[in-house]
Amino acid sequence: MSYIKPKFIHPRSPKNKLGYSRQYYEGSLSTLCAGCGHDSISAAIVDACYEMAIEPHKVAKLSGIGCSSKTPAYFLNNSHGFNSVHGRMPSVATGANLANRDLIYLGVSGDGDSASIGFGQFAHAVRRNLNMTYIVMNNGCYGLTKGQDSATADHGSISKGGIPNTFEGIDMCALAIQLGATYVAQSFSGDKTQLVPLIKAAINHKGFSFINVMSPCVTFNNNAGSTKSYDYVREHNEALSSIDFVPVKEEITLEYEGEDLVELHDGTFLKLNKLNQNWDPKDKLSIISALQIAHDKNEILTGLLYIDNDSVELNELINTTEKPLNTLTEAELCPGVDVLEKLNQSLR
Amino acid sequence: MKPTDVQNPEYYHKVVDCQYACPAHTPVPHYIRLIAEGKYTEAYMVNWESNVFPGILGRTCDRPCEPACRRGRVEEEPVAICRLKRVAADNKDDISQYIPAIPEQKNGKKIAIIGAGPAGLTVARDLAPLGYEIHIYDDQSKGGGMMRTQIPSFRLPDEVLDSEVNLILNMGIVTHFNQYVTSLKEILDKKYDAVFIASGAPKGKDLPDLPGRWDAKANVHVGIEWLANVTFEHINKIGRKVLVLGGGNTAMDCCRTSRRMGGEEVKVLVRSPFKTMKASPWEIEDAMHEDIPIFENHVPKSFVTENGKLKGMYFELVKAEYDANGKRTLVPTGEPDAFFEADDVIIAIGQDNRFEWIENNLGLEFDKWGLPVLDEKTLSSTVPGVFFGGDAAFGPKNVITAVAQGHQAAISVDLYCQGKDLNDRPQPHINLMSTKMGIHEWSYGNAINHDNRFVVPLADKKLTLSNLKKEVELGFDLQTAFKEAERCLNCDVQTVFTEDKCIECDACRDICPTKCINFTENEEVESDLRNKLIIPAINDSQDILVSDILKTGRVMVKDEDVCLHCGLCAERCPTAAWDMKKFIYKTAKAGASA
Repeated sequence: MSYIKPKFIHPRSPKNKLGYSRQYYEGSLSTLCAGCGHDSISAAIVDACYEMAIEPHKVAKLSGIGCSSKTPAYFLNNSHGFNSVHGRMPSVATGANLANRDLIYLGVSGDGDSASIGFGQFAHAVRRNLNMTYIVMNNGCYGLTKGQDSATADHGSISKGGIPNTFEGIDMCALAIQLGATYVAQSFSGDKTQLVPLIKAAINHKGFSFINVMSPCVTFNNNAGSTKSYDYVREHNEALSSIDFVPVKEEITLEYEGEDLVELHDGTFLKLNKLNQNWDPKDKLSIISALQIAHDKNEILTGLLYIDNDSVELNELINTTEKPLNTLTEAELCPGVDVLEKLNQSLR
Repeated sequence: MKPTDVQNPEYYHKVVDCQYACPAHTPVPHYIRLIAEGKYTEAYMVNWESNVFPGILGRTCDRPCEPACRRGRVEEEPVAICRLKRVAADNKDDISQYIPAIPEQKNGKKIAIIGAGPAGLTVARDLAPLGYEIHIYDDQSKGGGMMRTQIPSFRLPDEVLDSEVNLILNMGIVTHFNQYVTSLKEILDKKYDAVFIASGAPKGKDLPDLPGRWDAKANVHVGIEWLANVTFEHINKIGRKVLVLGGGNTAMDCCRTSRRMGGEEVKVLVRSPFKTMKASPWEIEDAMHEDIPIFENHVPKSFVTENGKLKGMYFELVKAEYDANGKRTLVPTGEPDAFFEADDVIIAIGQDNRFEWIENNLGLEFDKWGLPVLDEKTLSSTVPGVFFGGDAAFGPKNVITAVAQGHQAAISVDLYCQGKDLNDRPQPHINLMSTKMGIHEWSYGNAINHDNRFVVPLADKKLTLSNLKKEVELGFDLQTAFKEAERCLNCDVQTVFTEDKCIECDACRDICPTKCINFTENEEVESDLRNKLIIPAINDSQDILVSDILKTGRVMVKDEDVCLHCGLCAERCPTAAWDMKKFIYKTAKAGASA
């Protein structure tokens, strides 16, 4: 058999508001290992974009280098894409975002790309509150180079070679919260019911939306003793809440009463059914301590961790032009001598 | 829901829709792959073993497989299964080496077969290689039964019919042709070890009470008798204006034959609405292609004759009305009766069995419809050792049903002659074998052709209408046959799921082009489970495959309905919890052990 996907789809495939079926949001056939968590995350991105009826040409997908960074080829084939240098996706995203704030920026990265070679880049994109969704497909190892421990591998986690990791692992979520990310969530590639609404809310959030997704590497880090295997993540997964993404307020009915509603800036909602009462998604302190407690108990907190509704994103902060640069005409770019004179006067 | 029992061979059999729908359960995808590989002889033999008359059926079969074909559920039209069968038949090499040897030393049992049609010949073929001495009786001069007398040679050339019929007759069968059996008692008195009655349904229905019917009897014909007379050249022409009454395949054969016998204005008149006509859609299409209009909702009212010569017929105009139970009545519209001119009228409104030759003191019982009382499975009549098959068994059906019944009757005869229990029947031969060859390598091709169904080319109409024997359909050329064969989805390559290997990574669910794989909480009631799938499984005629409880407490549910058998679930499965396994299902034949 050749490695071919038939073009036929289910004759009763539903269509979204734009008239597209889910297939329209898919990408090429993945060349990652069979069973890779990353493929599930790609599928969750497809589900989210399809269900939100996003126009594919309004999306720019960006990535660096690594297994995770290959995935933009496997989703949203009809969107813009930029596969950048290792760890440098945040700079490219920043530049693109400043040049055109009309697009939805979807960055995909891995633990190597974001927590090692691109660690500095990552930090600055977060603190600038760049308006983008940043997904880390976190498998705790360098899958593309045969599974060495990565910077997010937990202390004591046993690799396929049988050796426990001697270093502390970086907690990407705690880091993002401390650096000023305005939307932070953690999830698991094997749990689409949680992941898809998180991605939808992240796309709708204005500002830096970070989702750290545990994404088992089936080939190099799915063994007993690993803290990033399918079995371990399932056993130690502690969801903070069950989550529903509610597109518009009108859809909120009485049955949602008693549950937490988190309003996003555009009037959409995340409906949270809180499972952990000692935590408030709007309270940084509560989540930082919750993360620390979970770390000590070997638990993986998942769900929405933190959100700041009053987020001011980078373009607003530095007052960039609202029109994409490529649509600015000569008249707007060279407003003439009078304007220049005024400007000069204002600086005297 | 409880996990699906895949140990029951019928589960996977049902997934192979075409094979399951075929009365003889011919392994369709298997022979289509052989055709794609250019192995026409092998493809022919797979057919021959199962349905005995591949060349004949490849031209004339009612094709129950095609409406069942899964391809028809994912796009417009099914695979042209029937015409691919013809490709195998037309392009095969010498098959003599594959034909079972007939033992010199007979087993001492003598069997009489009444009727040399498809059912009778099938019994002969199944039993002769086992050493039975077979005697076939038929009133015609050649074998073939209705395949010869009722199917015109422009659809089924004599050479094709003769070669497949003679293949069987040459198995040392004793033929008693030109011999109309007038008494079953006489046959029974000859001390055969078993008798198989496959006398068909040779009596065409008439309209004896329609006013004027007998005033113009020289020009009013009964369909199947008229076709037989054409076959044996007792009739060689018909009037210029011909009316054919009836909407079945016989009516289509009558009107098309009329066009070749001098009928210039041939019209078909049907009582019912066009869309409920009994004829196969392709036969209706072929008739219309030959400029034969079809008038629906016309109920024959009377024949009009003038000086003993037929002038035409009156028809009452009706419309179909359905009551709350869906029962149809044809209600007159009140418009004046329509008159149609005619030089000849052919009545093709159905056919009946003829059992006057069976004495009523033999203990052989008939039901209120005049059909023999039979055990549906063993085809045994109320007289031990007398079996029925084909149209004689349950009324007129089709060739492939007759063949399937022939196989079952042969098993019964064989068991009966050995003094065994008729209900202790041999089981089908089952095999389920992985097609995995290596990484990205499977022993079947999933690179299906996405083209629409290819059309079988026809010979020039001028040529076919002027020559009664000229075959209309030309058959696929080999290149087109290959492309058509590649449209097959390989539904016999099954998606087999092993729960305890699954790590629930979602890879299969994500890759599935038709989203038929689901991981979800189980439900008590099947309909609840069907409705909660990604795309609800609303086609209840198709099963869902439900796994045992998985690690997370969920179950895997796969809707078989539009699975493309592309194998991507297995390809993307890291633990081989999915495997693509080729399913072989061979119905048992006489002589197989129980």
